[in-house]
Amino acid sequence: MKGGFEMTGWKALLYKEVLRFWKVGFQTVGAPILTAVLYMLIFGHVLQDQVKVYGSVSYTAFLVPGLVMMSVLQNAFANSSSSLIQSKLMGNLVFLLLTPLSHWHWFVAYVGSSVVRGLAVGAGVFVVTVFFGQPGFVAPVWIVVFAVLAASLLGALGLIAGLWAEKFDQMAVFQNFIIMPMTFLSGVFYSIHSLPPTWQIVSHLNPFFYMIDGFRYGFFGVSDVSPWLSLGIVASALLVTSAVALHLLKIGYKIRH
Amino acid sequence: MAVQALDRVSFDIEQGEFFGLLGPNGAGKTSLISILAGLSRASSGRVLVHGSDVVADYALTRRQLGVVPQELVFDPFFTVREALCIQSGYFGIKHNDDWIDELLSSLGLADKAQANMRQLSGGMKRRVLVAQALVHKPPVIVLDEPTAGVDVELRQTLWQFIAKLNRQGSTVLLTTHYLEEAEALCSRIAMLKQGRMVALASTSDLLQSASSNVLRFKVDSELPAALASQARVTGRIVQFPAHNALEIEQYLAAVRQAGLTAQDVEIRKADLEDVFLEVMSGKVAGAVVPAEVPA
Repeated sequence: MKGGFEMTGWKALLYKEVLRFWKVGFQTVGAPILTAVLYMLIFGHVLQDQVKVYGSVSYTAFLVPGLVMMSVLQNAFANSSSSLIQSKLMGNLVFLLLTPLSHWHWFVAYVGSSVVRGLAVGAGVFVVTVFFGQPGFVAPVWIVVFAVLAASLLGALGLIAGLWAEKFDQMAVFQNFIIMPMTFLSGVFYSIHSLPPTWQIVSHLNPFFYMIDGFRYGFFGVSDVSPWLSLGIVASALLVTSAVALHLLKIGYKIRH
Repeated sequence: MAVQALDRVSFDIEQGEFFGLLGPNGAGKTSLISILAGLSRASSGRVLVHGSDVVADYALTRRQLGVVPQELVFDPFFTVREALCIQSGYFGIKHNDDWIDELLSSLGLADKAQANMRQLSGGMKRRVLVAQALVHKPPVIVLDEPTAGVDVELRQTLWQFIAKLNRQGSTVLLTTHYLEEAEALCSRIAMLKQGRMVALASTSDLLQSASSNVLRFKVDSELPAALASQARVTGRIVQFPAHNALEIEQYLAAVRQAGLTAQDVEIRKADLEDVFLEVMSGKVAGAVVPAEVPA
């Protein structure tokens, strides 16, 4: 690193957070890509001829954006949450607590690094799964908008979880009992139109559904609900989550006593 | 029920001073430093650094402070140099390589610059903690038991470097259980006990306030309880505060009457440890300036 480190303020923290996950890239980027490939191999092979989606779209092509977005969500959450809980438990968060960085700086850096990791893993998943089924690129702007908004939302949610959790066990509860079910029940593997009416209603209450549905719209130009509705709901959820995360950072929730 | 860590503690540290904050475990030293550094919030009162409030003007005051935490913590993802560069960045400093090189050299870390933090020994990690605290050239250096559990070499390296920074104008606040270090380094000392300040004076005044001499000898078996309660006993070594020749004779007579033989008898000047023990036991000598406690 000698030769003039030029990052300052929140950019230094963003750099540190990106460098942190990059140094363990096999675990933080490689592993989730491999997991997505396994999902594609198993679900794509088993369900390819069983499930019909949006008329002419093949199931494997339908699955690609779903798997990409699932990876974006889970990894964006994992980045901010695991970094914070590790720093809290190991005690090295003190290096950050002693700095003049404001709660805004923390928020931008932690959420920003979550977006970077979410998009890096998402891009990797896309590159390897696209060989199984090629989705179109009907509206690329929607793809980018939903990917960034969803990664930001889960990054902010991870920040809240990282601040709240006092041990790894509590973090596992958050991840396995909230994030994982909401992701799996959001339409990654199916169109909600294939569900019974009651479950369709339940799915509409899940904000993760709108992230995946809007993202998928960018590829196929069709979706279960209007992309504008999805955009409104995802943006609103991001605003609320960000406001909560910023407030907790400002009062030093569970980090300044 | 919440524990009151600090109770009506009030004092000033002059710019450029080397100030010691002493007290037994749980006295409130780390709580006080945590409030100063913004790691904890006081339920009432305030702390100013160079006239700025540590809560209202936290960004300004944290730039002035370089805090070496008591806990031996490190970030296992980074090398020593990466940790220092990133820490510089947090404080808004670009291109800090020259100062980082000087820190690495002064703290004996030059050959560890590219080593991962996980690979370092405890003493080396402690050196990095000091370097991280100083990376933004803070005018106020806060050392919370920096030499706890470290070897003699690091202590000497550290004190030489900190003393040099102090000579160059840095203010130093030190907490330590090594009272000989505090006596050698600090120009003024405050003592805390159970969250309250029990003494605040220059080091020389504190030393003069204690019993002027200490009677020191060895015994081959245990002292009677009544006698031991008046002495500082470390294994076979017994030390009595002694103000005059009569007191010395009385202590030696009591030892003889107890059937013991005093060996290697010597009389020495009282040191800070003697003062500390007297203050903590409530025998505050007259020359000690008590802390200014608001009514």
